Amino acid sequence: MYQYDKYDQAMVDARVAEFRDQVRRRLDGTLPEDEFRHLRLKNGLYLQLHAYMLRVAIPYGTLSGEQMHMLAHIARRYDRGYGHFTTRQNIQYNWMKLEETPDLLADLASVEMHAIQTSGNCIRNISSDHFAGAAADEIADPRPWAELLRQWSSFHPEFQLLPRKFKIAVIASPTDRAAMRLHDIGIELVRNADGVLGAKFFVGGGMGRTPMIGPCIRDFVPAEELISYSEAILRVYNRYGRRDNKYKARIKILVHELGAEEYTRQVEEEFAQMKTLGLDPPVAELERITAYFADPAFEQGLSDEIDRADPDFAVWVDQNTHPHKVPGYAVVTISLKPAGGIPGDASADQMDLMADLAARFAFDELRVTHTQNIVLAHVRKADLYTIWQQLDGEGLASANLDLIGDMIACPGLDYCSLANARSIPVAQKISERFADTGRQRELGELKLKISGCINACGHHHAGHIGILGVDRKGVENYQLLLGGSGAEDVSLAKIIGPGFDEDGIVDAVETVTNVYLGARTDGERFLDTYRRIGVNPFKEALYG
Amino acid sequence: MKILTGNDLKTGDVVWWAGETEWSRHLADAQDAGADADAILEREEAARRVNASYAVDGEVTDRGPMPLHIKERVRAFGPTVRPDLAINTSIPIVKV
Repeated sequence: MYQYDKYDQAMVDARVAEFRDQVRRRLDGTLPEDEFRHLRLKNGLYLQLHAYMLRVAIPYGTLSGEQMHMLAHIARRYDRGYGHFTTRQNIQYNWMKLEETPDLLADLASVEMHAIQTSGNCIRNISSDHFAGAAADEIADPRPWAELLRQWSSFHPEFQLLPRKFKIAVIASPTDRAAMRLHDIGIELVRNADGVLGAKFFVGGGMGRTPMIGPCIRDFVPAEELISYSEAILRVYNRYGRRDNKYKARIKILVHELGAEEYTRQVEEEFAQMKTLGLDPPVAELERITAYFADPAFEQGLSDEIDRADPDFAVWVDQNTHPHKVPGYAVVTISLKPAGGIPGDASADQMDLMADLAARFAFDELRVTHTQNIVLAHVRKADLYTIWQQLDGEGLASANLDLIGDMIACPGLDYCSLANARSIPVAQKISERFADTGRQRELGELKLKISGCINACGHHHAGHIGILGVDRKGVENYQLLLGGSGAEDVSLAKIIGPGFDEDGIVDAVETVTNVYLGARTDGERFLDTYRRIGVNPFKEALYG
Repeated sequence: MKILTGNDLKTGDVVWWAGETEWSRHLADAQDAGADADAILEREEAARRVNASYAVDGEVTDRGPMPLHIKERVRAFGPTVRPDLAINTSIPIVKV
């Protein structure tokens, strides 16, 4: 894992001191809210439906056991005993007190964490593949590049007041586990015919009220020029992105309105200029960063055998572990989606347990996934049973990864002041309806995603089944979408007809799964069947 | 009726205007601001004890003052999915 150098730590400590003074001035009345608001947002502090909400950055979703323990401490000391892991690989706390926030940020800084640039029109937390460094299918480790982008984008003086917020994802595998093409910039690390590492750039993707899949604007940028190419992309956007209308201010609108070809031409022109400025880091700096992500001391010659005598454990192994690049190891995903639970929520005790398991069994490292789960990336297969037993004791052993129960849901109207409808109760009812693990596994891979408004924090556009909550004359109503994907087979889901009430949408989900079960051929996922047979059979079953 | 709500500046707690310069954490204490809503909001904003205050339409029910819209009802009683954190779970949030 990356560790702060003296500059990182000094910057974060200075920001805590600065914000402490700003809070003091806000509380004594010298700083009015209209001046303070953007300052608190730059430090991740929102004002939500019930209270202040703090969003803490978890760079590319990676954190140590000590950092996870700190998140548990914050949940206990400053919140109400829990936190919410988000679709941006961050964590949010819902019950903050303004007067306590400086102390909280100081606690975070003591373990190399902060909430800087988790809000505002700047480059947000860099997201990445949660299996980075462990996946058997990656061509390089994306984390050094994500870290480089983090350092480049943190406090970047030119990009603190962009037309709108800006999100970047980096992957290095043909399997897209980060919804890469639904980001403002999606970077896929690739190797050219000579085996040289470079980056394929996709620009102008996103969800929200105008969902778009980012087009590829460059097949190959040499890896050592990744920063200057990113800078060129941002410069063109910063210059021409719309500032007159916040709903048309994201880069996707600029790329769409200019056309990918013209936008690319402008980026290339800027890039030619950027390359002469010596902006890209020297090789020694790249090596310094990369060294932090060296493989841990894996044991060699371990057995791949797993004792599957306990049937519940065997199901969990099948569903929630993935192949690791080193024999004898596995990647474990801890589901934060128990039947009837709140997707992404974890109690302080659960956080402490996951931190302890990481320290004992996973080289003291955890990952937050954009699907609101937690990963132990490097686990000996021989330790899986012990881990499963301990997770089970804390309600963390749901064997539902990538199944219908493993759904994304935004906080919705239960917490969010922007939301139009509640998301979590719908998620709870669906997960209860499909609580039986055998039934879920019979349905196979099925990605269900729920948002409580068109801002799409719950990624409903990317759901095999998506649900969008809307306000219809003061009453919550839920639209059903089908056919989306945030993976390498990316597509945008489409609304298929009139919406439903809360119970009706649960029935509707069951109806479409029944259509799928009746129509699928061998090996077809829900999405495959939908793409093959089209929307009409589903519509007919729902609306007659 | 016009109900005024905001967040306590220091703690972020949801509060309801309860007459004069009073704000209460209990919706039951909310008073009708009527035609004075804007003036009260302006005055209270200047006092800097309550943050992001705004007016909503409400009605008088047998359970006391109640916002018409579900958003403020959720705001008044806490997340519907965490009854342990709710302010008063005995009152339904959906308009009847």
